[in-house]
Amino acid sequence: MIGNVLMKAPGVRWGGVSPVAALGVVLLALIPFALSDYQVFQLTLIIANSIALLGLNLLTGYNGQISLGHGAFYAAGAYTTAILMDKFGVPYWLTIPISGVVCYGLGWGVGFPALRLEGLYLALVTFAMGICVPQILKYKHFEHMTGGVQGIVLNKPDAPFGIPLTPDHWLFLFTLVIMVGMFIAAKNLLAGHTGKALIAIRDNPIAAGAMGIDVARYKTTTFGISAMYTGIAGSLCSLSIQFVAPDSFSALSIGFLVGIVVGGLASISGAIYGAIFIQFVPHLAENISKAAPSAIFGLLLIAFVYVLPFGIAGSLKKLQMRYQARRGPKVP
Amino acid sequence: MKQHSLMVARPVLTLLFACSVLACSKPAEKPKYDPGVTDTEIKIGQTMPYSGPASAYGTIGRAEAAYFKKINEAGGINGRKINFISVDDSYSPPKAVEQVRKLVEEDQVLAIFQPLGTPSNTAIQKYLNTKKVPQLFVSTGATKWGDPKQFPWTIGFNPSYQLEAKTYAEHLLKTNPNAKAAVLYQNDDFGKDYLTGLKEKLGAKASMIVKEVSYEVTDATIDSQMATLQASGATVFFNIATPKFAAQAIRKAFDSGWKPVQYLSNVSASVGSVLTPAGLDKSAGVITTAYLKDPTDKRWDNDPAMKEYLAFLAKYYPEAKPIDGSNLYGMVAAQTLEQVLKQCGSDLTRENVMKQAASLKDFAPNLLQPGVKMNTGPDDFFVFDSLTLAKFSGTTWEPLTN
Amino acid sequence: MDEFIHQVFSGLATGGVYASLALALVMIYQATHHINFAQGEMAMTSTYLCWALIEVGLPYWVAFLVTLVVSFGLGVGIQRFVIQPVEKAPVLSVVIVFIGVLVILNSLVGWIFGYTMKSFPSPFPEKPLFGNSFLSSHELGVMAMTFLVVGGLFAFLRLTPLGLAMRAAAANPVSSHLVGIRVNQMLALGWGLAAAIGAIAGMMIAPITFLDPNMMYGVLLYASAAALLGGIDNPFGAVLGGFILGVLENVIGAFVIGTELKLTVALGIMVITLLVKPSGLLGKTVVTRV
Repeated sequence: MIGNVLMKAPGVRWGGVSPVAALGVVLLALIPFALSDYQVFQLTLIIANSIALLGLNLLTGYNGQISLGHGAFYAAGAYTTAILMDKFGVPYWLTIPISGVVCYGLGWGVGFPALRLEGLYLALVTFAMGICVPQILKYKHFEHMTGGVQGIVLNKPDAPFGIPLTPDHWLFLFTLVIMVGMFIAAKNLLAGHTGKALIAIRDNPIAAGAMGIDVARYKTTTFGISAMYTGIAGSLCSLSIQFVAPDSFSALSIGFLVGIVVGGLASISGAIYGAIFIQFVPHLAENISKAAPSAIFGLLLIAFVYVLPFGIAGSLKKLQMRYQARRGPKVP
Repeated sequence: MKQHSLMVARPVLTLLFACSVLACSKPAEKPKYDPGVTDTEIKIGQTMPYSGPASAYGTIGRAEAAYFKKINEAGGINGRKINFISVDDSYSPPKAVEQVRKLVEEDQVLAIFQPLGTPSNTAIQKYLNTKKVPQLFVSTGATKWGDPKQFPWTIGFNPSYQLEAKTYAEHLLKTNPNAKAAVLYQNDDFGKDYLTGLKEKLGAKASMIVKEVSYEVTDATIDSQMATLQASGATVFFNIATPKFAAQAIRKAFDSGWKPVQYLSNVSASVGSVLTPAGLDKSAGVITTAYLKDPTDKRWDNDPAMKEYLAFLAKYYPEAKPIDGSNLYGMVAAQTLEQVLKQCGSDLTRENVMKQAASLKDFAPNLLQPGVKMNTGPDDFFVFDSLTLAKFSGTTWEPLTN
Repeated sequence: MDEFIHQVFSGLATGGVYASLALALVMIYQATHHINFAQGEMAMTSTYLCWALIEVGLPYWVAFLVTLVVSFGLGVGIQRFVIQPVEKAPVLSVVIVFIGVLVILNSLVGWIFGYTMKSFPSPFPEKPLFGNSFLSSHELGVMAMTFLVVGGLFAFLRLTPLGLAMRAAAANPVSSHLVGIRVNQMLALGWGLAAAIGAIAGMMIAPITFLDPNMMYGVLLYASAAALLGGIDNPFGAVLGGFILGVLENVIGAFVIGTELKLTVALGIMVITLLVKPSGLLGKTVVTRV
């Protein structure tokens, strides 16, 4: 399965990156020169969160395992980075792969009991897991490591080798490179037979098992990979925000779920749409009504699901299919 | 010819001379502005939890906005109106960081006023101090906001939790030095800060605390915790809880037959919102500290300051619930900012704002309890330095004199 | 020993709280095979409604009944106008709609009624039974009410044709439709009943926890754990799960692990049960034929 990530999947251009996407990435890398530091900071958060959403989508959208507790992995990643930097002086860039490994392990570990749980049971258990994380982080016996309720304050890394970029700008590029790498990896993973196996397990696990797919191995590994993605996103965000605390993670899991549903389940681009949605729509709700912004947000959410039940990416795909159908088959 | 030019030149020269004398004699009072200030407005930013688990406190921001509206209608401060930009952070530190960065970098506010919540404030403290933007009158009681050496741009407002805890500890040592004490505390920065203050003040006698038990805001009831505390044999009870749980604790302490000497955190001391649901008869004898007048306490029914507060709410914030002490708190905080800005005059630089905030001398808006004053200095970034004790009579809070 | 008994009794009291909301969750699951995350907020809204009626002057039991009827209507309304339009959408989209409802209700109630805590009256006498100091009469009353509801629910679901029709509609909508069951009506009925049961839960819980817009959040978590523990398809299981959870949580919290990890304890109990017996203590194990 890891091999697929590195090798070219048959029939797909290298890395599965279309010229349009590549152009988009280059433009994105250059945009910060035209934006203020604050806007670059916002973009960084969107990009980091899209990695988290992609992770969740891999698990829930493609593999059908509902997790309402991904905030736990995000917190694990964020705290791993924070503790390594604060208590052990590990350089920021090294904390990312370490965080990835730690979260992979955690996810894989959760994946085992998850094998026994289906659908809504898994949803509830992961939901409870997400809620428990702040409690565990505040636990007095871990306080010397986690900083307890006070949290840990971090320093934003400066651009290396004296490159004349602001810390915000440098962090943006750092996050962007990681995001592009992880997206390409995910695309390769899904384009090959692994992707088909995951989807088969989602749609009919019994049939998939009967056809020789090692369901248990795929499911636990997917949980691990999904946790790894979300954990790395947590690490990147903690660098941007420069602070971690147990209270930062309470409503996150629900936010992620909203993100992947709105963005589009089982879609890679959906992760990006979803991240944009969860970044900006709460602001929009607040502008509409100061008195009850949550109510407006709830209404917007419901309206969204009505109008685009398959998410932005899903609806775009449907439009594209309809357009192609109208154009008729390609004449050879 | 020569005479003619001299005749023109002399008055001109005299005029020039006169002008230069005038110019040099009295330098014009030039106003100094930092970002967010113009001749007609002062931009002030704020993050508040308008959504999420702490949205109950959002009314503080609204009350403050209403107060600024009131003073703007009366002409503003020194002719400048306050442009108050208050945004939602959902009590989430990452969101607080985001919003504060927007306020500072995009909206270019002069200062951040009364940001609420210890986690959010911890998250933004370093940023604001690095950017040299005042983090004014932080709306939490955490003790760490009074540290001018490390964080010269941050100043607290609420009496610190440790100050309050120490006031209770002092009273206990004086009146009941050999008692056994039990503590119920909320498992967050609020509860833990208190506990630290209690233990510090009790010092060698910290062993008086025979049992300390925490609860989470997600707990449905605290019956279990109360049972543990009662079983410890303590006769003194520190009720360090937010309103809902404090009321449950008061009621349970009475119903279960325990009836200890009880100290109650002042965040839960409202007669109407906490003691009445708990049971007025069950709350008799409870001790607290007070710095603000309680709008639900009959004692202030005819107080002119209270009447002014009610009239203000009715006119500028009619949807507010007057019994909610948060609204009164917001008004007092806004009055404090008004005082600071007034003291600044036309020197509205961020540095001067901090300087004036650290120069409050016996400032006592009439909604403060009698005898309580606000005082700050270059080394004293705590607005309230001492608190008075009060005991509940069964109907109102009465000052407790030893 | 005295403390242990005290903890067990207060665990039973809290367990009663969890059990009553868990019943609403079981009801909605039985009727729709969905877990309604907004159940807690719906119960809270109903309780506020009752409070408002009592404030206006209605006697307790009249307000109680009116609230039940209105809550039933609210449940049907939400099913008809909010859930039904999205029933073709993927399951997760429906979950998002539940979350939207949750957020809207919480925010609206807070805006209308304010966030200060209110006291809610109890229909049970003030004096504890036999003067005991362990359980108030209200807490005993909650347990009694819970048993009443569970009995009624069981009787309805298992012993009446309507109950059977509802369970059939949830288990297999297509086949039920073919045999003439009005599936949509069954769903609406299920929602209405769940809302009414939730209202009862809210009105029983509020006197203990006091009435504020966020009162149900913690309870919902524990109630879901209780429902899973006892078996989401069995009302008696949910009640049993509630009591077990309440007692275990208290005892473990007080004597073993400290109160700081009580939620984690609840989670742990839930996970262990699901691993050992996935359908819950009293649930029926479902075997799928391939």
